[in-house]
Amino acid sequence: MVYHKPSTLVEVNMHYCPGCAHSLVHKLIMEVVEEMDIQEQTIGVAPVGCSVFAYDYMDIDMQEAAHGRACAVATGIKRLMPDKYVFTYQGDGDLAAIGIGETLHAINRGENILIVFMNNAVYGMTSGQMAPTTLPGMHTTTSPDGRDVSFYGAPIKVSELMAQLPGSYFVSRQAVNSANAVRRAKKALLQAFKYQQLHKGTCLVEIIGNCPSNWKMTPLEASKFIDEEMVKTFPLGDIKVPKPV
Amino acid sequence: MSAYKLMKGNEALAEAAIQAGCDAYFGYPITPQSEVLEYLAREMPKYNRVVMQAESEVASINMVYGAAGAGFRTMTTSSSPGISLMQEGISYIAGAELPCLIVNVNRAGPGLGTIQPGQGDYFQSVKGGGHGDYKMIVLAPASVQEMADFVYLGFDLADKYRNPVLMLSDGAIGQMMEKVKFHEYKRPVVEKAWATTGKPKTRERNYITSLFIQPERMEVHNLKLEAKYKKIRENEVRWEEIQTEDADYLFVAYGLSARICQKAIDIAREKGIKVGLLRPITLYPYPYARLLELASQVKCMLSVELNSGQMVEDVRLGVNGKVPVEFFGKMGGMLPTPEEIVHYLETLTRK
Repeated sequence: MVYHKPSTLVEVNMHYCPGCAHSLVHKLIMEVVEEMDIQEQTIGVAPVGCSVFAYDYMDIDMQEAAHGRACAVATGIKRLMPDKYVFTYQGDGDLAAIGIGETLHAINRGENILIVFMNNAVYGMTSGQMAPTTLPGMHTTTSPDGRDVSFYGAPIKVSELMAQLPGSYFVSRQAVNSANAVRRAKKALLQAFKYQQLHKGTCLVEIIGNCPSNWKMTPLEASKFIDEEMVKTFPLGDIKVPKPV
Repeated sequence: MSAYKLMKGNEALAEAAIQAGCDAYFGYPITPQSEVLEYLAREMPKYNRVVMQAESEVASINMVYGAAGAGFRTMTTSSSPGISLMQEGISYIAGAELPCLIVNVNRAGPGLGTIQPGQGDYFQSVKGGGHGDYKMIVLAPASVQEMADFVYLGFDLADKYRNPVLMLSDGAIGQMMEKVKFHEYKRPVVEKAWATTGKPKTRERNYITSLFIQPERMEVHNLKLEAKYKKIRENEVRWEEIQTEDADYLFVAYGLSARICQKAIDIAREKGIKVGLLRPITLYPYPYARLLELASQVKCMLSVELNSGQMVEDVRLGVNGKVPVEFFGKMGGMLPTPEEIVHYLETLTRK
């Protein structure tokens, strides 16, 4: 087996920082689209955040949603074209803060979409403000003394929360900070895309993403930070798997 | 379907949407327009169309974005507070050039206001309620018949210009029952090659966006939109005139106010005051040019509105100081009687 860049990725340089998880996850999704041969059937929805330009890189039809509204936009697309594969790609600010209402209701309706939830515990594009997923005590530009849980509450565990809804079908939290983690993340994404064929409900794949720039770390330190700190609040693995028939 | 039916404005609108081939409707309950969602929730499934009660108006308008972006004929309706919530989405829809129909059954405000009819959303509708430089085509129905007719027109204009169209109605037109006829409708064929329907190997990918981060590209996009709005201003101005041929005075009023003014014309003319009415049908683009023509004929114009004086600014813009432009209005969901309007007109004739 010879490694190749998926044909479904556009031949341009990405704008992401060195060590950022987005480029990797873009590639994984596009690998899945290529392997399943569903380029013609796939429509993506990009968020507001670092991945706002996802449509510059993914060689599929896409829509750019307003901040937080990706799941509503995806609902509009999927309800009109129920046989297409529709996914949203959203960060933690987009999904867990401003867009948690649209996300929760889309999942509660069991929209047959895939939500790819990129959680790096900070607002990336606006350069490192506190997110709903920021770890307790974590320093950001808007929590300079560390996130005070008594003031801002605890980080929202989106996957655990959404797994409670009957509308969610498959919920998994993965990372992409090692070769093994990347393989597991790819497997979860592939599984989630395939589940869309069943029309059984919403799939949510959360990826704990490296953000070395805003964490003020080297890429290697960021990868280590995920294993040592992030997983304490956001443990990796499948959270909701379909019951065997 | 050529026979007259007796229907509520909101129901006529909903039925027309079905007949105009509306593929999808997304809405949220709010008085005085909930009948639209109720009617479509009952009827749309019979035609295998998509109808959905969203969790909010914010969600509705973004569902419209998604469905319209995929190339489908899509509509949402609401009333004033709900339309305020949609403004962000409307700005994105205008920026991304997505055709769709949005209907505001205007109630009086500000804030939660009242559920009674008003025209306080004029500025929001025609001057851009959301952020950035954009325009919607704004249609103002004055009867149940027009609640139906403007659905076909609205969808067609939206497709023609790849632009959102707003129908600005009000609580009275939406709630009242009148006879209505659904005309034969031939839907123009419009190619939507830009829609996100899934990328075949034979074409480049389509993407729907309002983001142009480089100012040079943003400016190009802005200029493209401006050129489109100019074309709309040149081609789509619509209005109705009643008894303007010999008029010395002119009412300018749209929607419900125009209906009341029609009665006021009869009363005034019995008193020997020759007054006519110009009723803008499109609030954007606005019939400035025709108002300027009429300014050389009449002594005074009176803008009659259910607000504190909003459209009067456009009348003054059109007339450009040539004749006095006065304002008469009621707020708070209160309606003027034709007699009150005539009484005010009489004070002007004595000036």
